[in-house]
Amino acid sequence: MKTLVWVEHDGGAIKDATLSAVTAAAKLGEVHLLVAGKGVGGVAEAAAKIAGVGKVHVADDAAFDHALAENVAPLVVELMGSHDAFVAPATSNAKNIAPRVAALLDVMQISDILSIESADTFTRPTYAGNAIATVQSSDAKKVITVRTTAFDKAARDGGSGTVEAVASTGDKGLSRFVGAEISKSERPELTSAKVIVSGGRALQNGENFKTIIEPLADKLGAAVGASRAAVDAGYVPNDYQVGQTGKIVAPEVYIAIGISGAIQHLAGMKDSKTIIAINKDEDAPIFQIADIGLVADLFKAVPELTGKI
Amino acid sequence: MKILVPVKRVIDYNVKPRVKADGTGVDLSNVKMSMNPFDEIAVEEAIRLKEKGVASEIVAVSIGPAKAQETLRTALAMGADRAILIQTDDEVEPLGVAKLLAKVADEEAPGLVILGKQAIDDDSNQTGQMLAALLGWGQGTFASKVEVDGDTVNVTREVDGGLETVALNTPAIVTTDLRLNEPRYASLPNIMKAKSKPLATKAPADYGVDVAPRLKTLSVAEPPKRVAGAKVADVDELVAKLKALGVVA
Ligand SMILES: Cc1cc2nc3c(=O)[nH]c(=O)nc-3n(C[C@H](O)[C@H](O)[C@H](O)COP(=O)(O)OP(=O)(O)OC[C@H]3O[C@@H](n4cnc5c(N)ncnc54)[C@H](O)[C@@H]3O)c2cc1C
Ligand SMILES: Nc1ncnc2c1ncn2[C@@H]1O[C@H](COP(=O)(O)O)[C@@H](O)[C@H]1O
Repeated sequence: MKTLVWVEHDGGAIKDATLSAVTAAAKLGEVHLLVAGKGVGGVAEAAAKIAGVGKVHVADDAAFDHALAENVAPLVVELMGSHDAFVAPATSNAKNIAPRVAALLDVMQISDILSIESADTFTRPTYAGNAIATVQSSDAKKVITVRTTAFDKAARDGGSGTVEAVASTGDKGLSRFVGAEISKSERPELTSAKVIVSGGRALQNGENFKTIIEPLADKLGAAVGASRAAVDAGYVPNDYQVGQTGKIVAPEVYIAIGISGAIQHLAGMKDSKTIIAINKDEDAPIFQIADIGLVADLFKAVPELTGKI
Repeated sequence: MKILVPVKRVIDYNVKPRVKADGTGVDLSNVKMSMNPFDEIAVEEAIRLKEKGVASEIVAVSIGPAKAQETLRTALAMGADRAILIQTDDEVEPLGVAKLLAKVADEEAPGLVILGKQAIDDDSNQTGQMLAALLGWGQGTFASKVEVDGDTVNVTREVDGGLETVALNTPAIVTTDLRLNEPRYASLPNIMKAKSKPLATKAPADYGVDVAPRLKTLSVAEPPKRVAGAKVADVDELVAKLKALGVVA
């Protein structure tokens, strides 16, 4: 089977999510990559070095800048003439593009796979991860998004793929990129951090995130996450949300501070290796899945903790 | 313009789903069912666009069992004008749903279709994008802001790194994220009024669409269970644990 993997990049660097998708694709067969964007020659060179990669298809055109689904999907469909599976990490770009590809190919996408049981059978989470379904696809071509926390990352080097330019399928003129407000941070990215410190509604405001959560995160070299309640209340930006409908994370250590542990939040972090919870309510549901729990007022305990490490 | 809002009847978000002992699915008997929360946000957004004079009519559509009427009545009580139930007891996958919705869109010629980004039961996050593909329209997914400006709709999207804005020609597809708005509750008088709003019932066959599933669910299992660990007495003990884990020196 020939797979085509969506390379998630920011114009310069390849995102870790791509590496997990490569590992998944390698279980299906030959791994080809697709690098789309404007001025992405360097990205393609780097992509060719990823371990196990055969060919890198590069589509260098302004039409693919910002990964507009309306323009990228026809490009993928074109390439799927000679591939059997489109495999993408479940990033916001790929979640936008892949179903558009699937519908154009008349296949049913398999979202967020956790494992590959055979060439046509996969497991995937449903109901906020409370039910794991094993599904078999009858479609000739597969369109798959990959839960990146469920697959190891392929090595960034060791590969010797060939780079091949593909003709642009052009700008379909349906949509236009207007602008972006991208959060800038020196901290590690949420989805690839080894340690995450997350805050919930109990933080009360954005200022407390800065003075209580961030210093602890800085000491631990951790990324900062949040519950939906903290995001909705405007304490932190939307891209901090961990959960069923936010980011899925599985760090070595996840520290949940002032988060109750609703199923929608657990869905995004319960595969973390070690879960630590700090909550003043000893009956908070988060303690049912925490490996280490501290029943305490976060406004006292967290500064004390930060001071002692 | 007319706005089409697809709404799905799903398990209520407050209920903890239980896998059936025979591993065939999730037990939905005697479980509270509600409108998918993202679809409530979609209905709310459509109503706000109508209140602003941008939208003229709101049509809610659901594909599902007879009971999905309740979900449509909720949409009508919130402020939708009429509803269409495409009734079936079979499970219809996002691809099939998108195909049916594409036919409804052909008939109704809406300026916008606003869907939820994700149904909280199948967690697919596909239908809106598929519908956009089938109709050949632009798509503004994971929306936290929607502004209609003549023949263009500007959609601010929640993306991995923050926010992004795209401009789409109408007609277009929008899918909602959590921050788009806070849905209203239907008032009692509006719930009463909704009972007499038009609700048409159709069947998938009326649209000549093949909705046979492409994915076969072989089994459904519970995820591995985590067991609660120990509580520590104070911060010093927690520091010791962090040291043992190797995250602090
Ligand atoms: C469609 C849908 C999707 C959703 N998706 C997500 C998602 O992706 N991610 C997500 O997180 N949620 C999601 N939610 C929301 C989820 O249901 C919960 O509402 C949310 O997770 C609660 O956030 P919280 O734990 O911060 O707040 P709360 O539930 O209010 O909990 C606050 C906690 O802080 C504790 N506390 C208060 N004061 C202190 C103090 N001084 N010191 C220590 N502890 C204190 C309290 O005991 C309590 O346990 C979703 C909901 C819906 C309907
Ligand atoms: N059976 C259905 N009836 C009506 N709308 C649906 C149905 N299934 C999905 N949708 C719409 O598509 C969105 C995304 O669903 P999904 O792709 O299944 O995650 C939902 O939020 C609804 O707006």
